[in-house]
Amino acid sequence: MADSFVIAGRSFTSRLFMGSGGYPNQQVLLDSLNAAEPALVTVALRRISLEPYAESLVDLLDDFTLLPNTAGCATIKDAVLTAQLGREALETNWVKLELIGDRETLYPDVEQLLRATEELVKDGFVVLPYCTDDPVMCRKLADVGAAAVMPLGSPIGTGLGIANPYAIERICVTSSVPVVLDAGIGTASDAALAMELGCDAVLLNTAVAKAREPQRMAAAMRHAVTAGREARLAGRIPKRTQAEPSSPQLGLVGG
Amino acid sequence: MSALIRVNGKDEALAAQTVAELLSARGIKRPKGVAVALNGSVIPAGAWEKTGLAAGDKIEIVKPFGGG
Repeated sequence: MADSFVIAGRSFTSRLFMGSGGYPNQQVLLDSLNAAEPALVTVALRRISLEPYAESLVDLLDDFTLLPNTAGCATIKDAVLTAQLGREALETNWVKLELIGDRETLYPDVEQLLRATEELVKDGFVVLPYCTDDPVMCRKLADVGAAAVMPLGSPIGTGLGIANPYAIERICVTSSVPVVLDAGIGTASDAALAMELGCDAVLLNTAVAKAREPQRMAAAMRHAVTAGREARLAGRIPKRTQAEPSSPQLGLVGG
Repeated sequence: MSALIRVNGKDEALAAQTVAELLSARGIKRPKGVAVALNGSVIPAGAWEKTGLAAGDKIEIVKPFGGG
């Protein structure tokens, strides 16, 4: 049986969610997504400009399931309206809810995030909030109806990896909804670690978009997520402070 | 002074009667991927034709862009 997980009744076999921002061009984006084989691809909603027929992202990404986000929103009002616009534009009631509290770190404003989650859930949305790596906040988000929680590994776009593995592991142990590690991934081992810690999936963007070879990194991420998940299921050995030989200690030559 | 509406944060003269006319004047014919809000409420594509515009209206016209 395929190893899958479920968010809001929808089953996913791929455990990699990809962002679509910051790629050198649309072809590299498409090649990278094809290499990553993501379960979902996030997109932002922005005011239309009058560029006369740039290929529409919706047409380009026709083969993928799109997840609109509320990236950059700093108020509940803006985030809710952006979510509603995303629902209309992409014909989906799923939303990656971002409510930014600080421009420097792009840290979530958890107080507003909680209220916006509650409001959008009441409006019929499947809400996936981008949140801090705080088990208590993740629990509160799930309590108001978040379909999954998406704690940050480290700030968006930094590539600093998982700054607090303990917190992520605790969230995975205690969460009543799926956990998607979102933000901070720098390279494949970060994605593998997220899965080893017990995350259900990983969402990343910059690590691939800004890699020297994005398509190659996208494939690396796909392998990393699979490897990390397999390692998690296989069960890692406990850490020891003293060495233990793996070769027999009897029958040594000499002496 | 002519009546003004605010489209994507910029004031402009009110020339269109409906949301559909406003979009059409901008070369937006296909609703796919495009969403519109009028004074903070989303107007579904099916209602663009019958949704009238008035002086002081605030309109947001958005579409998906690359994002994380």
